[in-house]
Amino acid sequence: MLGEGMLKGLAETAKNFAGSFVSKDRLTTVQYPEERAPVIENTRDFPFLVYDGADDASDEAKLAGLRCVACQICEKECPPKCIYIVKSTDKKPDYVGKPQIYPARFDIDISVCMSCQICVEVCPFEAIKMDTEFELSTTDRFGGLLYDREQLARSNQHYHKIHPTEAAEVDARLAEEKAKSEAKAKAAAEAAALKAAAAAAPKPVVPAAIEQKEPTA
Amino acid sequence: MIPTVFGLTLPFLIIAALTIAGAVAAALLRNLVHCALSLTITFAGLALLYLNLEAQFAGFVQMLVYIGAVAILVVFAILLTRGAGMPEYRSYSSNWLLGLILAAATFAVLTWAVTRSLPATAASAAPAVTVQGIGVSLMTTYVMPLEIVAILLTVALIGAVIVAMPESKKEGQQ
Amino acid sequence: MSLLSQLDQIFVLLQHWVAGFFPTWLQPFVGTVLAVVGIVAAFPGIFAVTTVLERKGLGRIQNRLGPNRVGPFGFFQPVADGIKSLTKEDIVPFTADGLVHFLAPVVLVVAVFLGFAVLPIGRNMVLANMDAGLLFFFAIGASTELSVFMAGWSSRNKYSLLGAMRAVAQMISYEVPLLLSATVIVMMTGSLSTVKIVEAQGGFTGFLPHWYVFTPWGFAGFVLFVIAALAETNRSPFDLPEGESELVAGYFTEYSGFKFALFFLGEYLGMFSIAGFAITLFLGGWGAPFSFLGFVPSWGWFFLKLLGAIALFIWLRGTLPRLRQDQLMNFAWKFMLPMTLLNLVVAGAWRFMGEGILRWLICSAVLLAAYVLLGRVLMRHQKLGPRSYRYAE
Repeated sequence: MLGEGMLKGLAETAKNFAGSFVSKDRLTTVQYPEERAPVIENTRDFPFLVYDGADDASDEAKLAGLRCVACQICEKECPPKCIYIVKSTDKKPDYVGKPQIYPARFDIDISVCMSCQICVEVCPFEAIKMDTEFELSTTDRFGGLLYDREQLARSNQHYHKIHPTEAAEVDARLAEEKAKSEAKAKAAAEAAALKAAAAAAPKPVVPAAIEQKEPTA
Repeated sequence: MIPTVFGLTLPFLIIAALTIAGAVAAALLRNLVHCALSLTITFAGLALLYLNLEAQFAGFVQMLVYIGAVAILVVFAILLTRGAGMPEYRSYSSNWLLGLILAAATFAVLTWAVTRSLPATAASAAPAVTVQGIGVSLMTTYVMPLEIVAILLTVALIGAVIVAMPESKKEGQQ
Repeated sequence: MSLLSQLDQIFVLLQHWVAGFFPTWLQPFVGTVLAVVGIVAAFPGIFAVTTVLERKGLGRIQNRLGPNRVGPFGFFQPVADGIKSLTKEDIVPFTADGLVHFLAPVVLVVAVFLGFAVLPIGRNMVLANMDAGLLFFFAIGASTELSVFMAGWSSRNKYSLLGAMRAVAQMISYEVPLLLSATVIVMMTGSLSTVKIVEAQGGFTGFLPHWYVFTPWGFAGFVLFVIAALAETNRSPFDLPEGESELVAGYFTEYSGFKFALFFLGEYLGMFSIAGFAITLFLGGWGAPFSFLGFVPSWGWFFLKLLGAIALFIWLRGTLPRLRQDQLMNFAWKFMLPMTLLNLVVAGAWRFMGEGILRWLICSAVLLAAYVLLGRVLMRHQKLGPRSYRYAE
């Protein structure tokens, strides 16, 4: 009959209305500033620079621990071009102890960043990762949203906290690389030692035939 | 009590000025929609004049019919026929002289008719016309004219529906 | 005068008391101004409360909380909204017709406020006790269409114009059933005066009131009136003139700041006045629902009933989806109009059948049969079920 569906609908909405006062399960809204929905592990929004060191390290320590070697791959790959890097003129040792260039400036304009994660994908040094911090509003939309090295630096512990699985993988990879490079260094050292030993021995004789052929050619 | 100027009450003067201003604007403005809206002011002014004369029924019916229906019909007609955007219409027609003569003649005839029909002596008191009285006389004394008007309107309505109907027969033949 | 009747007449006494400070020749004028001030203060106040109640109610219907940030339980939300709309930039489109664009919201609000003049809010509480009060209300209501058209046309925006055309077409179509369903009351009361209509419903049988809604023709008239009133005020499910999904906001797309607020106000005030008339015509106006509840002030009953009507409107808005344009027009001309016309006939029959159970049976049976039959006929070609989509090749 005409109007039957309407009455059913009215009953349904009345049930919803009354039910929302009785059962708390119906109200799924999270009251944001007071309550928060748990952050899921794959959340990402803006990039940060990883440094090795304590969570509350001083600014100098943070900058000293940065994994970034200012290779500028991320700067070149960034689609909206929001990364700005200036290379340093001197070098400092990286985590395996090899001297590397470091970024004298590393700025990300997060008002331009589109959270595509390409910088993270291309970085060969596991130096840039995605953060989960989203409450970034500021009253200064130019300076306030342009982050420099100090603001971008986050410790490895922080990375472990926000993306545990991914960070464990990265750490394993880095440890493996470190072990490999140590082994290599060891092998190189051994080779060098061998070489040194060989240099001490008499020089091998150069075949005479080759030396003699040359003038005729 | 109510202040008077030239023997006319102030409310009457204000309403009359509004009515005439609306009518003049309706005749002189270039944008057709503006003309229609000015005409609506005239309709409203007329309704207020009726109310000022204590003719409630006439006043409200003027409002209901002219502002609620006729004005809307006019603007609909304007919008549905031509682009009501650009003021491309000249306010003075080429045969303005003829128009002037016609207007003057109409005014003269109306003036003559009105002055002729005035009673010799002014009525001592305005007759108390209530809405109920109008209803009763419509249903008793004037029931015949009312029914004739009703039939006429019904015929017009049916005619309009037939005109507006989709020509299904033609489509069927094709 | 007893305390209760004093409480009942408190606003009238207040008006007389204040007017008493003025010279005699000025007193009627002062009294009118006071009554106007009362109306102009009270109903926008109700509007403010309604906006927050509506948002909270709709929220609850959708299992949300609704606004709860400003003040206790979010009840100061309208204050924040008001300040916001007052301080916002008033944007007028470059090609818009400035004067008409400005006048449209003003005309709407003025016309809607005029409608309250004949609304009996309580015993002896009506601004203008006119002989043709009902006619006045419908005449004023008809002029709101013009302001809607003005708004849509002057904005020079296709969405505005489309919205205005829809609104005008809808309001004209539903004005016919609105008037016809109210005519039934005029037939039975024999008066167009709103005060007399309320007085005619004043009696009690036992403890039950003589409201017109408790008769077959009255009930049918009430339902038809409410449906037509919803359409006339562009409320959901008849809100296609401002269908957000296709027309942005309809005729007030190009309005911002305080002019937008005026449109908003006008819309809600229109809803209040038409709900007030539904109450006056069918629900006994300011009369008490039971004979033993007569001690509550009459204006209290009116506002309680108004609150109930608003709650019903909100409930309907939270439930029903928006109609399509052709459904809207079909419903107006194929269902509402025949039903209202039949209701007129039934009311006439009721009037001349004399007292008794017989007229109850016959009138109810005729109306019910017509409803079922019309419903069957209209639903015949309706294919209800999951919607099928056609995509472009």
